[in-house]
Amino acid sequence: MSEVLKSLPVELIQLVVGLICLAALVGASAVLLVWMERKVAGHFQRRPGPFEVGPHGLLQTVADAAKLIGKQLATPRGADKILYWAAPFIAFLPVFVVMLPIPWGETLMALDVDLGLLLILAFSGMGVISLCLAGWGSNNKYGMLGAARAVSQSVAYEIPLLLSVLPIVFMTGSLSLSLVASVQGTWPWDWLVVRQPLAFFIYFVCAVAETNRAPFDLPEGESELTAGFHTEYSGMGFGLFFLAEYANMVVVSAVATTLFLGAWHGPGSDLLGGAVGVLWFMAKVVFLIFVMMWFRWTFPRVRFDQLLNIAWKWLIPLALINLLITAVLIPLWR
Amino acid sequence: MNAICKVKEVVTGMWSLVVGMRVTGQNFVRPQFTVHYPRKTEGLDWEGFRGHPMLVAKPKDPTKPKCIACMLCVTSCPSGCIKVVKAKAPAPSEEEMKAYEEAKAKAEAEGQEAPKPPKGKAPKEPGKWVVNYTMCSQCGTCAEVCPVKSITYSKQVNQAGYSRKDFDAIDCLALLREQAGQAATAEKDA
Repeated sequence: MSEVLKSLPVELIQLVVGLICLAALVGASAVLLVWMERKVAGHFQRRPGPFEVGPHGLLQTVADAAKLIGKQLATPRGADKILYWAAPFIAFLPVFVVMLPIPWGETLMALDVDLGLLLILAFSGMGVISLCLAGWGSNNKYGMLGAARAVSQSVAYEIPLLLSVLPIVFMTGSLSLSLVASVQGTWPWDWLVVRQPLAFFIYFVCAVAETNRAPFDLPEGESELTAGFHTEYSGMGFGLFFLAEYANMVVVSAVATTLFLGAWHGPGSDLLGGAVGVLWFMAKVVFLIFVMMWFRWTFPRVRFDQLLNIAWKWLIPLALINLLITAVLIPLWR
Repeated sequence: MNAICKVKEVVTGMWSLVVGMRVTGQNFVRPQFTVHYPRKTEGLDWEGFRGHPMLVAKPKDPTKPKCIACMLCVTSCPSGCIKVVKAKAPAPSEEEMKAYEEAKAKAEAEGQEAPKPPKGKAPKEPGKWVVNYTMCSQCGTCAEVCPVKSITYSKQVNQAGYSRKDFDAIDCLALLREQAGQAATAEKDA
């Protein structure tokens, strides 16, 4: 037995342990974020939000999860069973892969790989196919239309997302997230956001659009009116889609923190063997998620044509100009 | 010129987004409007609370309602849940009966028509005023049409019972007398 364990490469063990911890993190963050969303929504509307279940409503998410788990897993008549049930899983599983290269602390990451950023961007694209399959597999014309819109929204906003991340890659010369994190300093003026504010802004807007959050929540908002890609899902299927959405919010905020806001850097980040750095990282991620929730309760939903116009006419040109300026200035400085 | 206008439009548009964020941000830190009900009860406005319909007492005689038994509330209630029976005339007193007997005897002796028997004047007040709360929709029509403003709403919030019988015949005259009795004892204590 011990021979087998000794022959296992260290990287594999590190990966497995990392995945287990990330699974726990995804679960914990979903519970926390659903509670935070409802409380924050309440406070923006000058009401308390959930209050009865557990102290200040902390156990509300547990009650919601228990309700979702207890529901009947109904498959609509005429739906393609394989695609219909594959869609929530395809939405949910890439989340674990995407969280692997993120540097949660100075030495705390599941997979320190040179192409971390590429890994994240590639696997984020899998969310698009899950939307497509959900709409197609539902055998529902509203679901189909909602899915078509969701797919075009995701695809359109992926381009400025990549273009706004590229200046950072040009400046640091690497796709490795841990390297980008280590290049930045302790104080806000040492972070990359001061050198690339436009890129940060474009990245954040694209992140909000990619995770289908308001004001870009046409795929979800429609479900309140007629439908959306997840109209036929109830119970745990729906739960998986929303778990995936919250996990995606965490991932996207974590990437923004790493690239622009100095990751685990902050005053006192080397204390306690790097634990304070991890706390700084978490604090920044929670702050960005709070800003996403702030956006949700401030802005009205954009219309579909306005949404695509923003992507094609504003974000892509601005991101390209930013990239051009960065690409021209760096060799000039050197 | 067109380009400048366009740029100005974009800038004012972006600024409006920031202003919107500031408005919601301010709302986030302001105190809540919600009153955490059973833990706190101040700040709640009971003025407009509508419980079951209730009679208003006469200011001078708290055991009697202002009601004049005109039946307007009975006819206007859309659910037909109020039942009012006008008070009967009191029986004629002994002297009146004696005087009537004498007058009757006298009239018969003289061969004239017998006088009418004494009939008390029926007081303008209800003998029975019952509301069936299981059908009441708290629409307020009864209170609105009452010409003497004798109907109000109970402010009792925590009403509970075990069966329909607890609510299908609320005797408001009895409630009024109970209220008057409580008020009298409260005054005595004070």
